[in-house]
Amino acid sequence: MHIPDGYLSPVTCAALYGGAAPFWYVALRKTRKLLFTRLVPLISVFAAFSFVIMMFNIPIPGGTTAHPLGVGIASIVLGPWASILALSTALFIQAFFFGDGGVTALGANCFNMAIVGSLIAWVIYRLVAGRSSITSSRRVVAAALGGYLAINGAALCAAIELGLQPHFFKSATGAPLYAPYPLSIAIPAIMIGHLTFAGLAELVVTGGVVAYLQRANPVLLRFTAPGVPMPHDEAQPAAMTGWRAARPLWTAVGLLMVLAPLGLLAAGKAWGEWSVRDFSNPGVRQQIARTSRNVAPPAAAPRGLERLSNVWTAPFPDYSPSFVRSAAFGYILSAMFGIGSIILLSVLAGWIARKVRPGPARAPAHTEEG
Amino acid sequence: MAAKHRGKRGFLERTTASFVDALEHAFYAEQTARAEGLMQRLDPRVKLVGILALIVPAAASRSFAVIAGLFAVAVVLAALSHVSFAVLLKRVWIAVLLFTGVIALPAPFVTPGSVVYHLPWTGWRVTAQGLASAGYLVLRVETAATLCVLLVLTTPWNHVLKALRVLRVPAVMVTILGMTYRYLFLVLQSAHDMFESRRSRMIGNLTGRERRRVAASSAGVLMSKTFDLSNDVYLAMQSRGYRGEVALLDDFRIGRLDWAMLAGFTLVSIAAFWWGL
Repeated sequence: MHIPDGYLSPVTCAALYGGAAPFWYVALRKTRKLLFTRLVPLISVFAAFSFVIMMFNIPIPGGTTAHPLGVGIASIVLGPWASILALSTALFIQAFFFGDGGVTALGANCFNMAIVGSLIAWVIYRLVAGRSSITSSRRVVAAALGGYLAINGAALCAAIELGLQPHFFKSATGAPLYAPYPLSIAIPAIMIGHLTFAGLAELVVTGGVVAYLQRANPVLLRFTAPGVPMPHDEAQPAAMTGWRAARPLWTAVGLLMVLAPLGLLAAGKAWGEWSVRDFSNPGVRQQIARTSRNVAPPAAAPRGLERLSNVWTAPFPDYSPSFVRSAAFGYILSAMFGIGSIILLSVLAGWIARKVRPGPARAPAHTEEG
Repeated sequence: MAAKHRGKRGFLERTTASFVDALEHAFYAEQTARAEGLMQRLDPRVKLVGILALIVPAAASRSFAVIAGLFAVAVVLAALSHVSFAVLLKRVWIAVLLFTGVIALPAPFVTPGSVVYHLPWTGWRVTAQGLASAGYLVLRVETAATLCVLLVLTTPWNHVLKALRVLRVPAVMVTILGMTYRYLFLVLQSAHDMFESRRSRMIGNLTGRERRRVAASSAGVLMSKTFDLSNDVYLAMQSRGYRGEVALLDDFRIGRLDWAMLAGFTLVSIAAFWWGL
C-alpha cells in the first residue's frame, strides 16, 4: 500500500500533504503537551518498532505470509495522536532511506496509513472494547477488528486516490498520465488483497499482541482504557488522548470543509458581489432586481467597478462554474469534502463511544482507586 | 504488504532475511556517502532541494523525452558520485520493474483508445493510450526512485535530516527522525536475535496456529522491549540535562561548487517544467 512516486499526480500529492498537515500539527501539539520531555524518546523508539514490525512476515491461514502495517497496535497502545507521529516517522524513513513509498507521495501514504489507519483503529477499539477489563477477551476481539478495519480503511483511501488518477489526468491523446486504472478496477484490485491477506495479517498481529500484552505486560494497554481498573492497580495516568478538548474545533473544521464545496456550487450570487459581466446578463439582472426589492440595476455596470475590475484578476476569476468543472479543482474539492467527512465521522464516533460507555475520560487518579 | 506464497523458507527465515537486507542497504549507503564524488561534496541542503526540484517535474511532466532526460541526469550524477550501477540495477531499476512493471502490465489491454495491435490467439486489443500510460508509469517511477536513492546514497542520514530544516520541518521532528534511525538498528538487531534464537531451538515444523502465535508473541515481546528501551533512553537523556528543548547544530557551509550545482539543478528543473508541461 506504500504508493511510490509517479502513481499520483502532483496535484493529488499536494492535496494530501495539505490534508495530512493539520493532523500532524495537532498530533505534535497534543503529544508534546502530554508527554513533554518523554515525547522524543518515546516516539522515536516506537517509530523504530513500527518500522521493524512492517518487516515481519505474518503467517496467515492458507499457508501464505503477509506484512502487517502495525497501525492497529500502535494506536491501541499509544493512542491515535502519538500513533500518527510514530507511523509517519517510520513512513518517512521508509520513503527517503529505503525507497519504500514515494517522496512526493509521502503525504498520501501518511494520510492513508498513519492518519486514517490510526483513527479507525482507535475508534473501533474503544467502541468494541467498551469498559471491559484490561484482560478481557473482548479487548482482543476489539483490537483484531480495529486492526483489520484500519488497514482496510487505509487501503480504500489509497485505492480511491489511485483510481481517481485516470479520470482526471490524461495526456492530449487520452493516455492516463499516472496510475492507469479507473476506480472500477483499482478498488477491487486493491481491496481484494487487503480484505484477505493483508487484513488477516493485521488482524493476527493486533489481536495477538494485545492478547500477549494482557498476559505479559498489561500496563501498556491502559493508556487507551481510561477508567478501567488494572489487575494490580497503581496510579492511573491521564488518558493520552485529549480528544475531548479539541472536539468542538474539529466539528467546526469538519463542517466547514463539508459545506465549503456546497457553498461554491450553490446557484445565485451573494447580494452586492456582482461583477461587471453580471450587469449585461439578463438572468443575473433579474436576480439582482428580485433581491433588491425589485429595484432594477443600472443598465450598464458602474464605471468605477468596470475600471477596478481590470486592475486585479483573481486566480479563479469569478465563481464561474467552469473551474468547478475543471478536473483538478473539482478533485481538490472532493478531497476536502472527504477529509471533512472523515473528521466529522470520527467526532461522531467518539461522541457515541462516550454515550454508550459513560465514564470519566480524564478523571483524576484518586477517584479510580476504589 | 503484498502477500507472498510460502516457498521453502518459513516465515522466520523470510523475516530474518528482510532484516538483513535492510541492514545491508544501510551499510552500503553509509559506505558510498563517504566516497569522494560530486554529490558527496555538495552541501546537504543543496542536494535535498536540488533532488526534490528534479523529482517534482519528473512526477509532473507530460513528455516522455523530458522524463527520460531527467533519468539521464540522475544516471550521470550517479556516475560522477561513484554510485555503483550494479547496486542501482539491483536495488532500483530491476526492483521497480518487478513491482511497477507488473502493475502496469495489464494497462495496454484495459485502457480504452485507438487499437494498434491484436494479440494473436487471445484477440486482446492493445491500445496506444494504454501503452503510453504504462510507459509513463514505469518511466516516472524509475526516474523518481533513482533520484531519491541518489540523495540517500551520497549523504549521511543525519545530514539529510538536518537539511530538512530548510523545508521548515520542526526541529523536534528532525530529532525524532534522527533518533528513530539510530534505534532502528537496535530494534532490528534485537528482532533479528529473537528470530534467530527461536529458529535455533526449533527441530520440526510448526502448525499454522503455532506460527501465528510465535509471530504475535514476538511482536509483543519486541514492543515491551521497545518501551523499556524508550524509558532507558529517556532517563539517559534526562541525566545528561535534557529538559525538552531541542537544539540542532547548524554547521553546513555553502561553497562555490554548491552555488554552481544549485544553479544547475534549478536550470534543469525549470527546463523540465518548461518543456514537460
